[in-house]
Amino acid sequence: MNWILALIPCLALLAVPAVALGLRARPALAPALALLPATLFGLILLLPLGATFRVDWLSSFGIGFAFRLDGLSQLMALLITGIGTGIFLFSGSYMTSYPKQHRFMAVLTLFMAAMLGAVLADDLIVLFIFWELTSLASFMLIGFEAHKPAARRAAQQGLLVTVSGGLAMLAGILLLGTAAGTFTISEILANRAVLATHAFTPWIIVLVAMGCFAKSAQWPLHMWLPNAMAAPTPVSAYLHSATMVKLGVYLLARLNPAFQEWALWQGLLTGAGTLTMLTGAILALRERDLKRKLAWSTVVALGTLVTLIGLEEPLAATAAVVFLLVHALYKASLFLVAGILDKKAGTRDALMLRGLGRHMPLTAIAALLAALSMAGAPGFIGYMAKDLLFTVQLGVPGLLPVVALLVNAAMVVVAGVVAVRPFFGKPMEMEREAKDPGFTMLAAPLTLAILGLVFGLAPALISVNLVEPAAAAILGEPTGIALGDKQATEIVYYLSLVVLVLGVIAFLAWTRLQPRLAAQTWLDDYGPDAAYGSLLRSVSLISGAVTRRVQTGSLRFYIGATVVLMFGGTLVLLVAGGGLGLPSADPLPLPHQAVLVGLVIAGAVAACRLQMLFAQVMAAAVVGFGVGILFLTLGAADLAFTQFTVETIAIVLLVAILARLPFRELDARRREEHRRDGAIAIGAGVVGFLTLLAVLSVPFDTQMPDWMGAAAWPEAKGRNVVNVILVDFRALDTLGEIAVLLIAALAATVLLRRARGK
Amino acid sequence: MKTSFIMNASARYVLWACVLLSLFVLLRGHNEPGGGFIGGLIGALGFVFHALARGAGATRAVLRLQPLTWAGIGLLCGILAGLPAMLLFGEPFLTQQWLGTTPIGTTVLFDLGVYLVVLGFALAFVLPFMEA
Repeated sequence: MNWILALIPCLALLAVPAVALGLRARPALAPALALLPATLFGLILLLPLGATFRVDWLSSFGIGFAFRLDGLSQLMALLITGIGTGIFLFSGSYMTSYPKQHRFMAVLTLFMAAMLGAVLADDLIVLFIFWELTSLASFMLIGFEAHKPAARRAAQQGLLVTVSGGLAMLAGILLLGTAAGTFTISEILANRAVLATHAFTPWIIVLVAMGCFAKSAQWPLHMWLPNAMAAPTPVSAYLHSATMVKLGVYLLARLNPAFQEWALWQGLLTGAGTLTMLTGAILALRERDLKRKLAWSTVVALGTLVTLIGLEEPLAATAAVVFLLVHALYKASLFLVAGILDKKAGTRDALMLRGLGRHMPLTAIAALLAALSMAGAPGFIGYMAKDLLFTVQLGVPGLLPVVALLVNAAMVVVAGVVAVRPFFGKPMEMEREAKDPGFTMLAAPLTLAILGLVFGLAPALISVNLVEPAAAAILGEPTGIALGDKQATEIVYYLSLVVLVLGVIAFLAWTRLQPRLAAQTWLDDYGPDAAYGSLLRSVSLISGAVTRRVQTGSLRFYIGATVVLMFGGTLVLLVAGGGLGLPSADPLPLPHQAVLVGLVIAGAVAACRLQMLFAQVMAAAVVGFGVGILFLTLGAADLAFTQFTVETIAIVLLVAILARLPFRELDARRREEHRRDGAIAIGAGVVGFLTLLAVLSVPFDTQMPDWMGAAAWPEAKGRNVVNVILVDFRALDTLGEIAVLLIAALAATVLLRRARGK
Repeated sequence: MKTSFIMNASARYVLWACVLLSLFVLLRGHNEPGGGFIGGLIGALGFVFHALARGAGATRAVLRLQPLTWAGIGLLCGILAGLPAMLLFGEPFLTQQWLGTTPIGTTVLFDLGVYLVVLGFALAFVLPFMEA
């Protein structure tokens, strides 16, 4: 059974090319693709909790393709595939008007595979790989409409933020694996006592938190999330509310048992989370665009989740799980409603949308149900989440209770503006009457919104099977809390009433409140998004200045600088390292070798003295071939062979190029340039000579060559030791080298094509 | 560019002579001086000569595939040569395997990969210059 666990991400990954090719041939099949996440959803339900699967990968480092299903990963995987089913169905219809629909659906599938891999992984390195894959998929989806500059900027920003965070996280993961002595997550959590006293732990906490904060849009790295709304709506609903942004929260929750007793961990998480909540709430009130407004409220939700994980209380874990589920349900639903409104009413401006309820009753019902869950109305699962949230947050000393109250009131306003206001009041003027969309587009928002009510009325459906296992995974032990039991005291009850009333009043005053908030332009001018912009500008300014300095366009300068740096550096190292030395006397060269040396010297002098380029090339060839023959006389046949071939190709190529120049082209360098180049060449030669002397003055360790010489025939069935080293003993090095050759050829082809195009 | 009659007439024979020689050098490389790297360079030499005589377009037609594609096939050969060890024998990637006691094994495929990458690499650099 357990192999099904590994099958889940693999199946999704393998589906990617099939989706791309299949949908290109038959675009109409797109909605049927929803069967893929639905099947995966079923497979996850089949698996028992605690299922594991492992295939060794880099066994010497203890890294393997390890997957594990526990309460937390089950919750996430079910959300990914469950909401995914709705999103795939929705996109199948929503994206039909886009020209590259097949590509879109393929990347969406890739994203789902990456998410499933990340939440099911039980190995830090495997998790990291899938984690980065989600960033890449997100980049491609945000920038899907690449002809729009805003989409390109948003895609780049999202990638830069999440991938820089990923880099910090990689460092954190490597430290964590080293400190714990294993990269297997379940083992790390089982042996967490090691981390309690380890010197690395503070670093691990900071680095891992940075990665998770970037991914989950925590202050001040939150700015990429609202900008990511440049993506098509299904992407916003799926990646940027329900799944990818929850990945940071997921990892924090996953590692929470190991770090929850550290004050640093608690402080970082509650601090960043609270600031994020506050920022998100203010900016959500200020926004008019439905999607961006929802994005800001997602920022609030992510801040809330991070804060909850940072609190060291059993109830906080349960609250986090319930809120995660609630938020995913209502937010995906509301985003899809925003997409429907955008498509059917032609705008996403909250101030313009009015009175659509009578034209689009089903859409209105979906929106209202989702909004009621978001506002925490009794009867909905959102009420339970709010109940838990308040109970936990009000118990914390300091500013958090006040912030929590204000933020929750702001969320009531957002729910009202997004889901109530567009459907009531005097109908807006439209060119063409808006209508409810078809089944494929309505199914997801309606189902998700109704589930919010179903789970609220019958919490037993999810309490034992879904919520408790996940909360226990966050806490590291059973919470002993049953969902549906009343947690709140009377004070909490009254306070939540106050919040609701406050929210409704603010909602009624929103049309007057919004312009005032929007007038506060300093929020944009000094915000992190502006800081990001000026950072990017200064990077390109500095790199521009450096490039103009270094890349003058003169090949002669490049070669001169390279040679000076290479040999100058060698000389410094040689002198500083005390490496200068003379070898014990060698036998003098044989007469025919002396003749060859003379030939090489003559060639070198001629290359410097001759005036015609063509003749210079020929003189240089004399040097090359002379050295080749010299190698031959010293018994280095392979070296000589290679030298001859390279030399021949170089000459043929130079001749081919020179043939395009006037045939008798003369060397155009001035006298002082000649002197300078000559000095560089002679200097390089002298340093090379000194290096060789220094190498020869050290006794030669013959252990390795002796072994290779002896092992070449019995172990590798070859008598040419050089070649055996290349293709067998050090074959991985060779593979790397030919890969580099291929990449260089690839780059050259692109550059040369560009140069020819101009 | 004006080319001589002699070059034009001999181009095809020089090309195939170079390719034959390069394959010979490739195969004998395991015991005598030679191997994929030098073999690839000699092969490239034949094609460059051909391009000098007949123009790069004609050479591309003889090659059939783009130089980069040849190089890609080469890298694939190199990777494939490493797989049997991992998939069939449970040994680390690129542990070369042999057909029984014969000296024929995955090294031949690996060296062929090196040969193709070097050939493709050299031609990807040289041919565009000869077209410009």
